[in-house]
Amino acid sequence: MSATSVPSTPIEGLPMQRDEVKTIYQRSVEGRRAFSAPPLDVPAKPLDELIPAKFRRTTAAKLPQVSEPEIVRHYNRLSKRNFDLDTGFYPLGSCTMKHNPKLHERVAALPGNARLHPLQDPERAQGALELMHGLQVALGEVAGMPHVSLQPSAGSHGELAGLLVTRAYHEDRGEQRTKVLTPDTAHGTNPATVTMAGYEVVKVGTNPDGGVDVDDLRAKADDQVACLMLTNPNTLGVFDANIEEIAKIVHGVGATLYYDGANLNAIMGITRPGDMGFDIVHFNLHKSFTQPHGGGGPGAGPIAVSERIAPYLPTPQVVKRDDGSFDLEHDLPKSIGKLRGFQGNYGVFVRSYAYIRSLGAEGLREASEVAVLNANYLLALLRRAGVAEYLPAAFDRICMHEFVLSGAPMKRELGIRTLDLAKRLLDHGVHPPTVYFPLLVDEALLLEPTETETKETLDHFAGVVAEILAEAKRDPEIARNAPYTTPVRRLDEAGAAKRPVIRQPL
Amino acid sequence: MADASYPEDLLYHPEHDWAKIDGDVATFGVTWFAQDSLGDVVFFDPPKVGSEVTAGEGYAEVESVKAVSDVIAPLSGEIIEVNEALKDTPEQINDDPYGEGWMVKVRLSDTSQVGTLLDAATYTADLG
Amino acid sequence: MSTYTSATDADRRAMLDAIGVDSIEALFADIPAALRLGRGLDLPAGMAEQEVYAHLRDLAAKNTSAEDEVSFLGAGMYDSYVPALIDSIILRSEFLTPYTPYQPEISQGGLQVMFEYQTAISELTGLPVSNASVYEGPSAVGAAGYLAKLTNGRPRVLASRGVHPHSRQTLQTVSHGYGQTVQEIPLKDGVTDLDALKAALGDDVSALVLQQPNFLGSVEDVAELTAAAKAVGALVICACDPIPLGILQPPGEQGVDIAVGEGQSLGNRLDFGGPSFGFFAAAQEHIRRMPGRIAGETTDVDGRRGFVLTLQTREQHIRREKATSNICTAQALNALAGVIYLSWLGRDGLVELGELLVQRTAYARERLAAIDGITLLHEAPVVREFAIELDAEVDAVVERLASEGINPGYRLGRDYEEHPNGLLVALTEQRSRAEIDRLAEALERAVAAERATVGMTAGASA
Repeated sequence: MSATSVPSTPIEGLPMQRDEVKTIYQRSVEGRRAFSAPPLDVPAKPLDELIPAKFRRTTAAKLPQVSEPEIVRHYNRLSKRNFDLDTGFYPLGSCTMKHNPKLHERVAALPGNARLHPLQDPERAQGALELMHGLQVALGEVAGMPHVSLQPSAGSHGELAGLLVTRAYHEDRGEQRTKVLTPDTAHGTNPATVTMAGYEVVKVGTNPDGGVDVDDLRAKADDQVACLMLTNPNTLGVFDANIEEIAKIVHGVGATLYYDGANLNAIMGITRPGDMGFDIVHFNLHKSFTQPHGGGGPGAGPIAVSERIAPYLPTPQVVKRDDGSFDLEHDLPKSIGKLRGFQGNYGVFVRSYAYIRSLGAEGLREASEVAVLNANYLLALLRRAGVAEYLPAAFDRICMHEFVLSGAPMKRELGIRTLDLAKRLLDHGVHPPTVYFPLLVDEALLLEPTETETKETLDHFAGVVAEILAEAKRDPEIARNAPYTTPVRRLDEAGAAKRPVIRQPL
Repeated sequence: MADASYPEDLLYHPEHDWAKIDGDVATFGVTWFAQDSLGDVVFFDPPKVGSEVTAGEGYAEVESVKAVSDVIAPLSGEIIEVNEALKDTPEQINDDPYGEGWMVKVRLSDTSQVGTLLDAATYTADLG
Repeated sequence: MSTYTSATDADRRAMLDAIGVDSIEALFADIPAALRLGRGLDLPAGMAEQEVYAHLRDLAAKNTSAEDEVSFLGAGMYDSYVPALIDSIILRSEFLTPYTPYQPEISQGGLQVMFEYQTAISELTGLPVSNASVYEGPSAVGAAGYLAKLTNGRPRVLASRGVHPHSRQTLQTVSHGYGQTVQEIPLKDGVTDLDALKAALGDDVSALVLQQPNFLGSVEDVAELTAAAKAVGALVICACDPIPLGILQPPGEQGVDIAVGEGQSLGNRLDFGGPSFGFFAAAQEHIRRMPGRIAGETTDVDGRRGFVLTLQTREQHIRREKATSNICTAQALNALAGVIYLSWLGRDGLVELGELLVQRTAYARERLAAIDGITLLHEAPVVREFAIELDAEVDAVVERLASEGINPGYRLGRDYEEHPNGLLVALTEQRSRAEIDRLAEALERAVAAERATVGMTAGASA
C-alpha cells in the first residue's frame, strides 16, 4: 500500500494529526531493536536436542525492528489521532461515558494487585478475595439481588451467563424451553446472545410510550418461554412503569426475567431490579462503575441473581468463610461451570470497588440523580426553538439518564441526515451521540450526558447543535461533507468491506 | 450508479426481485430500487448449486456496509448456476443490477408460478 | 466522599427551572412509589481519595504477589516482565478513555493500533485473518467452538486433555448452550494420544481442540493431529501460548484453521487473572464468520490512508440473532499493550526470548529430575513449562516452600486426579539460574523432609 496522496483539503489541528500514515512495520529498519535479553546463565544445549527441528519455525515472525524511542514516539503520535473522554464531551447514549477517576489507575497498579497470580493460593490472596467479596456485596445491594458472580468479562458475556443460568434453572426442573422474548427496542447483543445460548428470539412490541406492549407480551408468553430480557429504563431512556405487571406475566409462565444493566446509571439507590421482580441482572462495570473504556475494552459484566437462580452461578464463587477468611468455592454441583479462565477481570474490580468506596451509598444515589438531571436539562435545551423543529424528542416526556431525538424532520427540512450532524459535531470538538440507534426511531440520536459533565458543557453542546442546524439552513453542503478538521475525513467503508485489507502486507 | 430503470422484458416480485424467464430456466436478481435502498453492496453470499429455493423465501444474503438483507426468490426451483463473479465484484449489483449483477439461475419446479409475478408497469406503480 | 459531579446548588436550581420541574425527585415520577427503595443503600459511607487509597493499599498488602516471592507459577498466566514503556503509553488518556471507535475520523490512533495488532497476530500464528482481540484465552476457545458450529453444524467437539482445564470447562459451558457435546481425548506420554483421537473421530465431529504447548508443557505434534482431524472434515482449533510461537512452527503452517490463545504474557500484568486479551486468528475462508471487531484499511474522501471497523455486518448490532457472535468488545487497551510488547521484543527478540526460556527450562527440568523423590511426569519436549511428580504430599511441600518465599508451581492434582502429587513448573525470563538453583535446593529439602515425616509416621504405626 503506497503512502497517502497529497490532501486536497488542508486539515487543521496539531501537526501530528497530519502525519503521513505509517504503521510500526513501515518504520522497521534491519538491525534496530529495543529488547536486550537477559544473559544465558545456564549451560547451553543444542536446540535440536531440546525441541526437534520439525516442531520449530523456519522463518521468524516478521515483527518490526525498532528502537525504544521510536516505539514511544510512534504510539504517542498515534494517540494524538484519537479523541478521548479526558479531552472532551462524549454524550454517547447507552455507553455512560462518565469521568474515569485517576486514583483507580494508581490502586490497580499496586504490585499486590498487578503482580498477583490468579492461581495464587486463596490464603495468600486474601486482600484480592476480600475486595472481590466486597464488590459482590455492594453490587448485590445496588441490584437488590444478593448472589453475584463477577466472572463475565463484558456486558454481552454477562448476558450469555444470564441465559445459561436460565437454561440450567429450567433444565434442573426437567424443562426444555425454547424461546426467549426480547423487546424490539433491545440492544443487538440481546438477540445475538439468545442464539448463542441455543434459544429462538421472539420479539415483543413497544407501546406508544416506548415501554413493553403488555398485550403483545401476554399473547407471546407461554410455557415455551425461558426468559424475557429487558432494559429498564429502556433504550429509549424511558422507565417502564408497567414493570410489576410485566414481571407477573413472565413469572406466571415460569420464565425468568433478565435485566440488561446497560442503563443502571439512572437508578442506583433509587430503585432496584430485584425489587422490580427481576431474576438476573448484568452490570457493565465499564459504564456505571468507571472502568475506562480503553478504546473498546477491557470491561467486566458481573451478574447478580435471585435466590432461585443462585445455585447455577459460574464456578468459582468468592465466599466468606465462618472464620472471616475469604475463599474460592469450586464445589458447586449445579453450577453452569466456567465462562472464562480464572476469576474474572480483577483489575476492573479494583477500579469499580474504589469507585463504590469513594462514593458510598449517598454518592451513588447522587450520581444517578445528577445523571438524570443532566439528561433532562440537555433535553430541555434541545427543545428550544431552532432545534426542536428539526430534532424533536422521540418521546415527549421526562427522560431518565438518556433520551432519543429523531433527525427525520432535519433530513426532510434541511437536507442533512443524522450522520451529517454527527460528522459536523466532530469539527466542534465534541463526540457525537449514538446514531441510528434505537432502530425504531427514524434517524435516531441517543444522548447520554452523564453526571460528571458541567452545566456549561451542556450549554455549549446545545449551542453547537443549534449552530450546525442554522448553518445547514444556509448551506447543507457544509454538514454533508463534514468533517474538515479531523486527522482524516469521511472514509470509504464500502471499499474496506468489499476487499478487506486487515493487516499490513510484509 | 445507473439511473432508475425497470426493463419491460423482466418479471418482478414485490420484494424487489426480478426474474428473466427462458423456458423452464429463470435468472434472478434484485431491482434498481432494491440496490438503491441497500446502498453500496459489499458482499454477496450465494446459495449452493443444487439447492432448492422456494418462491417468497430468502435464498441468499446481500450485505451493505451496515445492513444484511435476505434476497427473496420470486419463483421456486433448483439452483443450477450462481454468479461467481459477484464474489470479487459485488458492486455489479449496484452498477448493473439487470446485467452483470444477476445472482442465480434456477430450473423452475413449477412454471405456472410465473403467472403470479408482476410486469414492470405494475411493479413500478406499487413503488409509488 | 467523592462524587466526581460538579452541579452546585445554583446549577441545580437553574437546570430544574429550565426543565420546568421543582425538584430532582420530580424527574423520577415514572418510577412507581412501590418500587422505590425508600432508604439509603446499605453500603459504607463514601471516603475521601486518600482514605480510599489507604484502604486499597492495605488490601493489596494482604496479597503475596510475584513481587513478594520467587514464583514458578504459570498454568496459563505468566510473570513476564512488563517493560516500562507500556505503562507510559497505555496510561495516555487518548488510549485509556475513548469508547470503541465508532467515529473513525477521530479514532485513527486506536484503529491503526488494531490494524498493527492484527498484523502481529497474523505473523505469530501464520494465519491471514486476525480480529482485534477477544476477552481472554479460555473464552476464545469457546468462541472458536461456536465458529466451528456455524461453519459445519456438526454436533460433537473433541478436546485434548492437554487443553487448559479452564478452556475445556468454558467450552463445555458454552457449547451446552448452542448444542454441541464435548468429548475428551486422553494424553499418552504427556501428549495427545493419536490412536485415541483416531478412534474418536467421525464425520459428526465439528472440531478438534488442541493446545500448544499443552497444559503439561509438552510440545504437541500439531501437524499430525491436525491431519487426522482434517481427514474427517473437522476444523482444528489450536490454543497457543504466544511466546513459544516465536520458535515453534506457526499453527497456520500446520493446517490449523483457528488459532486462539491467552495474550497476557505479551506485555500485560497478571492482575489476578485479568483483564488481559485473547487472540483469535483464522484461515481466510472464515473471515466473514469471525467474532469481534476487525479493523481494515481504506482511504478518506481526499485519498488519505485511514482505518475503519470493517466487516461489521458479522456483528450483533446489525445481524442481531443471526450474528456470528455476541461479542461486542475487544480488549483494545490490552491488545495495545500486546502490540507494543511485540514491537519492543522485535523480530530477533522474540526468538531470543524463546530460546532463553527453552534453555533455562531444560536446565530447571534436569536439575529437578535429579532430585531424589522427584520424577518427570513426561519426557516430551517443552518450551517454558514442565511437569513433575513428587513422591511426597504436594500440598505439604508447597507449604514448606512458601515459608521460604518460593512458589514452586501449580498443583496438577486439582485438575488431573491421575497426578495427585503433580506439579507444573513455569519459567519466565525473570527467573534466573540462581533462582532455579534455589528452587531445586528448597524442593530437595522439602521432599526429603516430607518423606521422612511420612516414613516416621508409617514406622510408628507399623
